[in-house]
Amino acid sequence: MRIKILIGALLGLSTLGMATGSGAAQAADLLSQQCVACHAIAKPDKTSLDRLWERKGPDLYYAGSKFNKAWLVSWLQNPATIRGGGVMFAKVTKAGADHSVDTIDAAQVPAHMKLSAADAATAADLLMALKGDGLVAAGGFKNEPPNSMASMLFSKLRGCTSCHTAKAGGAPTSGPELYTAGDRLQPDFVHAYITNPQKFDAHTWMPSLGLNDADVQKLTGYIGTLKSEKK
Amino acid sequence: MRILSRVHFYALVAGGIALCSFDAATAQESAHAVKLYNTYCVQCHGVNRDGNGINSAVMAVKPRDHTDTKAMGDTPDETLFKAIKGGGLAVGKSILMPKWEGVLSDDEMKELVTYLRVVSKTSAK
Repeated sequence: MRIKILIGALLGLSTLGMATGSGAAQAADLLSQQCVACHAIAKPDKTSLDRLWERKGPDLYYAGSKFNKAWLVSWLQNPATIRGGGVMFAKVTKAGADHSVDTIDAAQVPAHMKLSAADAATAADLLMALKGDGLVAAGGFKNEPPNSMASMLFSKLRGCTSCHTAKAGGAPTSGPELYTAGDRLQPDFVHAYITNPQKFDAHTWMPSLGLNDADVQKLTGYIGTLKSEKK
Repeated sequence: MRILSRVHFYALVAGGIALCSFDAATAQESAHAVKLYNTYCVQCHGVNRDGNGINSAVMAVKPRDHTDTKAMGDTPDETLFKAIKGGGLAVGKSILMPKWEGVLSDDEMKELVTYLRVVSKTSAK
């Protein structure tokens, strides 16, 4: 496993060097090699607890069913932290002293590389082609009118905000931030993921909450409204 | 090696492994429980296991302090198991403790109950 990661990292580094002087024609190959240094772009043969601790970046083999393309193009050029604790929060969590709350050692969370506008567009095209067959059902989210209970479900009744930061500037938690989720994520993905996170990774630390579909619909609708303020 | 035939050699190795296997199996199980705790429980219950996980700062109900010998000692194994499997609601506690059924197997949840007895310095009840 380690050797594979090393080879991937080396490929990534060497292509990084080459990319600066190469033409756009090679971009697709180069980018796919860079991404695979940290991300799975094909469904892993086997998931395991150890894999969650070893992988360097979130899985991208279903990126085309997860992300909004416009967000990808923009984020890849100017990547802001989505996971305050990195891809596996527990690896960078420091024990609190004298019964104080644990903290994230932000210095240990690597920043994502920045791409040029042209490379970001190419990478986004490649990523949008990765659909992760059957993981996300199109039309799962019914786009019902906003429900006044949704925000209450999100912040209190279903406890989403315990693990997901919902306001910019909030302290890092164990899950990805959701305050830009409306820009970032496709509603059908949000619906599919909340319904069964283990379908995406059998070992993920997002629990299967067993919510009824009415609640999942409301939450998905609400999460879709969470967008970054700078527009 | 000439005195020992290959078969004898393997037999000796197998015998050695068998002798150690009881302790090794227990140690392995407990290492696995620690890994499970550090993956799933630590986000709220904390590195010190005292309810001060990174998520606890924003939670309306503070996660259980697993080092609290008194409170943990008063809680039967069955209740701990139910809380892990069915979440807080299954034992009349907060919804913020999610159910881990579907993520952890029953055996893994039992390992965690055993591990909680070590953390809280209490015995099975």
